[in-house]
Amino acid sequence: MANKVAIYRKEHFNAAHRLFNPAWSDAENDKIFGKCAYPNYHGHNYDLIVKITGVPDAQTGYVVDTKVISDLVRREIVERFDHRNLNEDVAEFKNLNPTAENIAIVIYNLLRPHIHSTLELQVRLYETPRNFVDYPA
Amino acid sequence: MVYLTRIEHFNAAHRLYNPNWTLEKNEEVFGKCANKNWHGHNFELHVTIKGKADPDTGFIFDAKKLALVIQERVVEKLDHRNLNVDVDFMRGQLCSIENLIVGIWKELEPGLPTQVKLHSLKLVETAKIYVEYYGE
Repeated sequence: MANKVAIYRKEHFNAAHRLFNPAWSDAENDKIFGKCAYPNYHGHNYDLIVKITGVPDAQTGYVVDTKVISDLVRREIVERFDHRNLNEDVAEFKNLNPTAENIAIVIYNLLRPHIHSTLELQVRLYETPRNFVDYPA
Repeated sequence: MVYLTRIEHFNAAHRLYNPNWTLEKNEEVFGKCANKNWHGHNFELHVTIKGKADPDTGFIFDAKKLALVIQERVVEKLDHRNLNVDVDFMRGQLCSIENLIVGIWKELEPGLPTQVKLHSLKLVETAKIYVEYYGE
């Protein structure tokens, strides 16, 4: 009987972005993305919640050491995204629209290789207090 | 005297940068806030007015109308904008929240009816940082 437990770590970063599909005209971008497509960018305080699920270790009682997860998220995500322009400064979005959905997928893919394969990972990303996404769904 | 607060929000990009300084000096003083390609925040604006309740309505000022004044005079100029580039009343100024809150006061105050006084503004930049201004 496996006693799976989920543990969460919350981190945050502040970044600029815009939503824009370069294959479309400005008018089409305006129609679909509205003010999110404004050319000079806008920004958000992003809150990131990393969820790790697994069986607590018999020796430590930990699913995972939250300090290890905090250091990992800061190194791989916060250092890369905080006080940046997601469209201009982050290589992963050179050809990918930085919607909350895509940012969550990118974060998952950056973290996954560093988390033990026996542990499950899910990321929740708040773009505003009212808009947030989960990946994997 | 009763105080009424209405909270509105806007999401915007900005950068802290003094054009009279070198890039090195800007980075020394403003750190990552000086990033040339901007960064951004979900800003929260608390607008507090004061006055006496009208005997007919019970209101100092209809909170819905206050929301419209804030929307029209401030939020429409700031929301999903770049504070350094897009905002007329911040042109030529450093885009710190200190300067922004004073700029917002100047935009907002003339839009209020004479029977209400603007008491204070609170501008929240992150969960850990905010400024207040009382028009002094």
